[in-house]
Amino acid sequence: MLTSIKENHLTNKGQELGMMYFRVAIILFGAQLVMGLIAAIQFLAPGFLFELFDFSVARMVHINALVVWMLYAMIGATYMMLTDETGHEGVAIGLGKLGFWLLTAAVTVVVLVYIIVQVGPGTEASLWLIHEGREYIEAPRWADIGIVVVVLIFYFNVFATYMKGEKTGIMTVMVANLLALAGLYMAGMFYTDNISMDQFWWWWVIHLWVEATWEVFVGTLAAYALIKIIGAKREIVEMWLWIEVLMLFGSGILGMGHHYFWIGTPEYWWEIGALFSALEPVPLIAMFVHVLYDWGKEQGIAEGRGETASVITNGPAMAWIVTNAFGNFLGAGIWGFFHTLPQVNIYTHGTQFTAAHGHLSFFGAYATILIGMMYYGLQRAYGVQRMKLTFKSKMGIFLTTFGVMGMTIALTIAGYEQVIVERGEMGATWNAFFVAQNLPWYVQAQMWRAIMGVVTLLGFIYLAWDLLTIGKVSKEAEA
Amino acid sequence: MANKNLSVWTSIPFWRRSAAWVTGFASILLIWLTFDTLGQITMGTDDDLKNGVTKRVPAATVINYKIGYEMSTKRGHEVPTIGEKEPFFGKEWSADDAADLLHLGKLTSQTKNCMNCHTLLGNGAYYAPDLTKAWIDPAWSKTGPMMAMTGKSTKEEAIAEFLQHPSTYPTHARMMPELGITADEAKGLVAFLKHMSSIDTNGFPRNFGKEEGSTNAH
Repeated sequence: MLTSIKENHLTNKGQELGMMYFRVAIILFGAQLVMGLIAAIQFLAPGFLFELFDFSVARMVHINALVVWMLYAMIGATYMMLTDETGHEGVAIGLGKLGFWLLTAAVTVVVLVYIIVQVGPGTEASLWLIHEGREYIEAPRWADIGIVVVVLIFYFNVFATYMKGEKTGIMTVMVANLLALAGLYMAGMFYTDNISMDQFWWWWVIHLWVEATWEVFVGTLAAYALIKIIGAKREIVEMWLWIEVLMLFGSGILGMGHHYFWIGTPEYWWEIGALFSALEPVPLIAMFVHVLYDWGKEQGIAEGRGETASVITNGPAMAWIVTNAFGNFLGAGIWGFFHTLPQVNIYTHGTQFTAAHGHLSFFGAYATILIGMMYYGLQRAYGVQRMKLTFKSKMGIFLTTFGVMGMTIALTIAGYEQVIVERGEMGATWNAFFVAQNLPWYVQAQMWRAIMGVVTLLGFIYLAWDLLTIGKVSKEAEA
Repeated sequence: MANKNLSVWTSIPFWRRSAAWVTGFASILLIWLTFDTLGQITMGTDDDLKNGVTKRVPAATVINYKIGYEMSTKRGHEVPTIGEKEPFFGKEWSADDAADLLHLGKLTSQTKNCMNCHTLLGNGAYYAPDLTKAWIDPAWSKTGPMMAMTGKSTKEEAIAEFLQHPSTYPTHARMMPELGITADEAKGLVAFLKHMSSIDTNGFPRNFGKEEGSTNAH
């Protein structure tokens, strides 16, 4: 991955910029896992780094690194496909590179401030300079403004290139969806004394990202990748894509209601949230079927022609995309549906159930396909015809998936205990919380979560190692 | 397929138009409901409190009143109740002073990063107890353990003392760290917590503080 740009098999500057984004993304992914591990250890040994690097700091960096690496990889993937789809060289890639360096410098400063300064006094200046203390979108206000500027540069590049080039269905969805994705960030950029109002708009960013626009983004990536990797027919993937947009936005936009059950908002959100969020798994099943169906179909056609080779031209990318199809449905769909009805959610809201769902859905729905795109980028960068899974690729995908699945199951068990004892039996008080947290079965589940966290980190080491070496190895094998 | 449409089900323009209509309809419905909800969750006024007008999110001066959490047979779940007046840090707060105190408290709750250990209205991290109804938690009542531990005579003073020196008053191995919270910020935070406990959360958390005795689960 390090020499991916020097090798220079990339056919256009946009893909170079894409690779630059991927590199930072993978570093931040590593940081996310290390922070998660610190937080997992603190659950078991609360004295660990106490008043030095507290849980709140580790957790803040854990989830911020997550959001930022995914946004980096999403921008990288968009630059990767821009010229392919539009048939036009990106209009202002030089400016895009400037944006990349600005963003990377800002992210570095923000993370250092999180780690070193940690908390500030209760003043507006703290919100501007340190962090905003709002889960997932903690970035201080100055960085918010910087992010908006860089995203505008990025969007200008995508939009102007789209307008000059060919307007494929995939790019049309991409351009419209990115506008919504970027615009929604602004709903999280203000301060209010009213905590209900605060959380109402906070969900506009978080929910409409992860349960609407990010999902559609995954749909466009999968469409593009299936054309490139298994030679799927454009007419078919684009028709699927429109159906997915219909179902994802049709369920996801009003599915927001499931976050409005208990934050001070009116009761009618019970019905709206329950109905539409219960429909949210439907497009995820469709996406799963779509990926496997197209794969089987293309392979079948090839075999019908008497070809014996696999239609897959990039083994690791396809492996991650299939994991995405399954993980998205399981993590976002099934684990989300577990606790989406208000009758259940009144007990599960704000427990380890949410953490279990969060881990499997972010991994299954987003991490997987973005890693797949990184492998695809490497194939292009090194000019490899057929990229095959190496031992390290297999270990990377197996251990990270097994680790995240293990963490999810452990957290689900912990959540189950917490719900029954803290919420059901004891009425959710301070005392109830600690009784539930100290149950032997709960502690045991947290222990398994930490162990599975280590497995995930091991998988990541294989993955990063593979990303660094597979390009060269595959190129040499073909030569 | 591109040349001849055998059926509407394989027509890309049909699905594109359907996607656009469904997305547009869902978005418009969300925006319409947002306007309605914003009206309902806008903070009430001091006059609302004086006249007994129920608001989902009351004015900051709600800190001058006793707050409870009772079963409403009409709504089928618990709702916050606003009772008679009680002093808060030994006095009654004017509308302006109460609003300033709540402002300081909410701001401090963000700058001290409460949400990355605790949950507020159920949202946040799961390392420390939910704070939605912390103000009416039995642990802080006259007979609860925290009052004796901090040696204070009122609930608000006891919470403020704890927030300034949390690891001096450990309740469990998992402690709250010292966050450099000043006396003023602590007062603000208590006002923020008291205000939050008066928000109508549609019965979340259920059965809060109603448990008697304890479970045999541990």
